[in-house]
Amino acid sequence: MATSSVYTPAGFNFSNQIRNTFLQERGVPLPKATSTGTTIVGCLFKDGVVLGADTRATEGDIVADKNCEKIHYITDSIRCCGAGTAADTEFTTALISSNMELHGLSTGRKPQVVTAMTMLKQMLFRYQGHVGAALVLGGVDATGPQLFTIHPHGSTDKLPYVTMGSGSLAAMAVFESGWQPNMTRDDALNLVKAAVAAGIFNDLGSGSNIDACIITATHTEMLRNVETPNERVQKERRYVFRRGTTAWKTESVRKLIVNEETTIIGGDAMDTS
Amino acid sequence: MPDMNSLAHPQQHQFNPYTENGGTILAIAGEDFTVIAGDTRQSEGYSIQTRYAPKVFRLTDKAVLAVNGFAADGNMFVKKVRQRLEWYRHAHAKDMPLRAIARLIQTMLYARRFFPFYVYNILGGIEEDGSGAVYSFDPVGSYEREACRAAGAAQSLVQPFLDNQIYFKNQTPAQDTSHPVHLPLHSVLALVIDSFTGATERHIEVGDGLEMYVVLARGNPALQSLQDLPGAEEVTGTQAEERVFVIRRDLKKD
Repeated sequence: MATSSVYTPAGFNFSNQIRNTFLQERGVPLPKATSTGTTIVGCLFKDGVVLGADTRATEGDIVADKNCEKIHYITDSIRCCGAGTAADTEFTTALISSNMELHGLSTGRKPQVVTAMTMLKQMLFRYQGHVGAALVLGGVDATGPQLFTIHPHGSTDKLPYVTMGSGSLAAMAVFESGWQPNMTRDDALNLVKAAVAAGIFNDLGSGSNIDACIITATHTEMLRNVETPNERVQKERRYVFRRGTTAWKTESVRKLIVNEETTIIGGDAMDTS
Repeated sequence: MPDMNSLAHPQQHQFNPYTENGGTILAIAGEDFTVIAGDTRQSEGYSIQTRYAPKVFRLTDKAVLAVNGFAADGNMFVKKVRQRLEWYRHAHAKDMPLRAIARLIQTMLYARRFFPFYVYNILGGIEEDGSGAVYSFDPVGSYEREACRAAGAAQSLVQPFLDNQIYFKNQTPAQDTSHPVHLPLHSVLALVIDSFTGATERHIEVGDGLEMYVVLARGNPALQSLQDLPGAEEVTGTQAEERVFVIRRDLKKD
């Protein structure tokens, strides 16, 4: 008799794949994943790299999260911006971050950005685009400042300034008109802010605030909500409901104490004189 | 990813003359006034085509029409309605009554039953008896008179809010009291503004600007307060007894 296995294999579970394809063919719509239809950018400057991202996450045409974080930690001096399926960007960057930590421990060196890039592209290529992560990877290592983009199917680019996500065209327009080689840290940060702002205001998939991250050889500075150009405006009315507004059909009140017994411990009563 | 199965089937390609241009409209009728509002963003996909494209139009001094859906059809439809109203003026030397405009819109929409105007219409204004009225239509002409209606991209966000705040749905009144049947103008305007700022927060196709038309019935006591309201502009056409105002507000642009 075959014994049932208690072993669960590591990695993704594909056991519903055949059923779901069948249902899809019969016209049952598949659930839609939260997408960060996003503006993410990266830009090299004199002594490092600046990454930038907006903070809107969408589910179709509804805003799911007004202030999400799209700049993910890889190592102390490597960060990765994610666009595409929110869960995929989160889990791939977390997995590669973990593997980079182990890699650093086993080599005894500070890991290189190309290493992270290679691990990411090999993973994404293995999943043939089904892991929907579009990434901007930046950092500083022994070989200097590095900047890459990684597409969901696993192709990569190495460029001095990059943009990704639905706001990539708006952001790239700003880079193309304003980028110069060997910029100062402040100029690079301002250019990144302008590029993300262009995405926020001109692309409906991007919005809310600007996050930035400046990585140099000695220091990594995460600038969360470095600009907040879309604060919620004051409401005209206050929406407070009188107690008893919600109707009910039945009411039952139950005592939480079912049974109470008091046992006196110790002999003498307390001196209360 | 195209698999062998889907490639084996014959593929048919067709020209689609329609597109969806986002945005939201809404109208609320009071006892002796009506507010008709719409945002001014026009979009296609993830792109903004313009931050100012009016969706609300004054037809007469007692009728305002809001159109939402396919912007090209909307503009064409308003043009055709206005033309019919002008012909009516020439024939009868008076403006068409609101309920007659509503019926006209129904026949105009149903005339295109098999190549519809891809628009949701909301008609607001003052009836002949001086009461505020809202008529809402589907693209092929089914219509109904209501006290309030939202349509467009953020309809599913705004209409439940209106049901709760205008019709007091799911709100039980305090002992020995009842909910008001009609709200005053300042409350309605506040609700309209909050509807749109709320929709702007959570819907990507709503934003940029808000245009609110207010139609006042003859002798409405709110006239003075509206004339004093900063940013309110009177757009009454003739020396009619009904007065039409437009109030413009900024909405978030992200």
